[in-house]
Amino acid sequence: MWEYTDKVKEHFLHPKNIGEIENPDAVGEVGSIVCGDALKLYLKVDEETGKIIDAKFQTFGCASAIASSSALTELIKGKTFDEALKVTNQDIAEFLGGLPKEKMHCSVMGREALEAAIANYRGQPPEVKEEGRLVCKCFDVTEEKIRKVAIENHLTTVDEITDYTKAGGGCGECKVEIEAILRDIWSLKKPEKPVVSKKLTNLQKIALMQEIIETEIRPGLQADGGDIELIDIDGNRVVVALRGMCSGCLMADVTIKGIQDKLREMTGEEITVEAQ
Amino acid sequence: MKTIYFDNNATTPIAPEVLDEMLPYLRELYGNPSSMHTFGGQLHRKIEEARSRVAGLLGAEPEEIIFTSCGTESDNTALMSAVESVPHKKHIITSRVEHPAVLNFCKYLARKGYRVTYLPVSKQGQLNGDELVKVLDEDTAVVSLMYANNESGVVFPVAELGEMLKERGILFHTDAVQAVGKIPIDLKKLPVDMLSLSGHKLHAPKGVGALYVRKGARFHPYIIGGHQEHGRRAGTENVASIIALGKACELAGDKLSKEVIYLKGLRDKLENALLKSCPDARINGDVNSRLPNTTNISFEYVEGEAILLRLNEFGICASSGSACTSGSLEPSHVLRAMGVPATLIHGSIRFSLSRYNTEAEVDKVIEIMPPVIKELRQLSPFGRERIKK
Repeated sequence: MWEYTDKVKEHFLHPKNIGEIENPDAVGEVGSIVCGDALKLYLKVDEETGKIIDAKFQTFGCASAIASSSALTELIKGKTFDEALKVTNQDIAEFLGGLPKEKMHCSVMGREALEAAIANYRGQPPEVKEEGRLVCKCFDVTEEKIRKVAIENHLTTVDEITDYTKAGGGCGECKVEIEAILRDIWSLKKPEKPVVSKKLTNLQKIALMQEIIETEIRPGLQADGGDIELIDIDGNRVVVALRGMCSGCLMADVTIKGIQDKLREMTGEEITVEAQ
Repeated sequence: MKTIYFDNNATTPIAPEVLDEMLPYLRELYGNPSSMHTFGGQLHRKIEEARSRVAGLLGAEPEEIIFTSCGTESDNTALMSAVESVPHKKHIITSRVEHPAVLNFCKYLARKGYRVTYLPVSKQGQLNGDELVKVLDEDTAVVSLMYANNESGVVFPVAELGEMLKERGILFHTDAVQAVGKIPIDLKKLPVDMLSLSGHKLHAPKGVGALYVRKGARFHPYIIGGHQEHGRRAGTENVASIIALGKACELAGDKLSKEVIYLKGLRDKLENALLKSCPDARINGDVNSRLPNTTNISFEYVEGEAILLRLNEFGICASSGSACTSGSLEPSHVLRAMGVPATLIHGSIRFSLSRYNTEAEVDKVIEIMPPVIKELRQLSPFGRERIKK
């Protein structure tokens, strides 16, 4: 069960500003029924003052999605577009006394609906978010959105990105990509990947393989109670010995193949790996 | 506000008779059944009595029952024992709609090098025996298929599946956590090698379960330690809860035939009324082979968590296959395997009844549900478009 604040419950059970506005000046639509939440925001704008004089919404989604939509409309009414755009997803969450972290994407949806409505008013194409490259195919999340939300909310982990955008919360295939995007944003150094060099001396090759085995392969095997030892390198032929749980393991062939693939990938050479 | 508890596939209240039976063993009779002194040792007899009672409900022999800590432990033990019994075989068959206790254990075995086949189900959530035969091979170590599904209530043709496997000499485990105590099971006739059950699904407390292992079937313990349960499950017995499980099984056996009719009556009344009063609603699951206490209904254009929390305001407890209630972002794997469209999964609500539910409670839910759905549809952009049409 989610720990919702009283404010979330209040805005879920008695949401403000529900319904549609007839002849709205702007409409913003985000999300989809397939993804599990969707929000349609209607705005009425005073031409002279440029202020939002009315805001209404329709939401398909869970309690926090409905409460976030209600909060959004309360926060933006009476504001000009420029003022309204200062309302961040954090402001929506704060207005509600906080949201469970797994539900932060509901506040992000609120913010997105606002942007979409304003873009609609300004005559910009409604599908701005489609521009970026699609990263999460389960929930239709683009790289652009991940970057934007990560920067706005200072998100540094993949789990946080999932909480805020849902990206990575489905099949999980894109998690590696999300991690790469985060690394790029916060310019965290990627674990040194040995540079592929065409001409390695034998000594360099041995040193490189030793390093790859130590840093990339051994920890995984040890985690499963196994171990590996580098026995010999003869040209591109690498001989290793599997120890611990790995020795005599029926999956040893698969393990050897995996090591071979890894070494090939990281050295760029046609390595063959054999077990002693 | 009075709670209307319609979530009995999640857990059930402890029967008063069961609580009375177990309490002395939490208070004054706290001994260890393995002790030499009478104070502890006498409890051994109570455990054996409980074993007979569990066996009695299932048509099994007492020595075929091993007490465990829960349904999950029973499932894990069964699968582990099966693969250890035939170490040269590396193929496991299960279905896409199993409980995570089986599904995730199979995934774990897959990481250990096993080949796992996940059988599909029909749109009604039913399993076709022909699909099973197609994927059986020399390498198949065990087949694990649930007796009844926790979400849809669909009952698999376990007897038919068991016959197919018996002919071929392949180990068959069934996760009967949702079936035991709800529908009759007779292991004298039913060709299964192992069967899991859980106490808290049939009015015993949480923290106790049992695994049936057919006499003569090879068994490897999962929890290693002392000699308890004849060396088949180590760990000091959860005496009070085991006694409670025995009593709960006895009660279930006494009441079963009447209860099936009673629950089916209540469930059908609820289901029919809701389908009538709420447009764009449909049943998920095979209505011809279903637990008598379960109904799973999808209400289009509204999201399950929102429905549940609105019902919560009236003290009504149910559950949903929606993504927002799953703790992950993925909606129910069961309904997805059945090919239920995402839009309908998000609006799916499961009501599961027990002997302690009354017709008055059903009437109350029939009264409350339609306005809740209607109001949430008013809120929903899709619901409104639909209403306009």
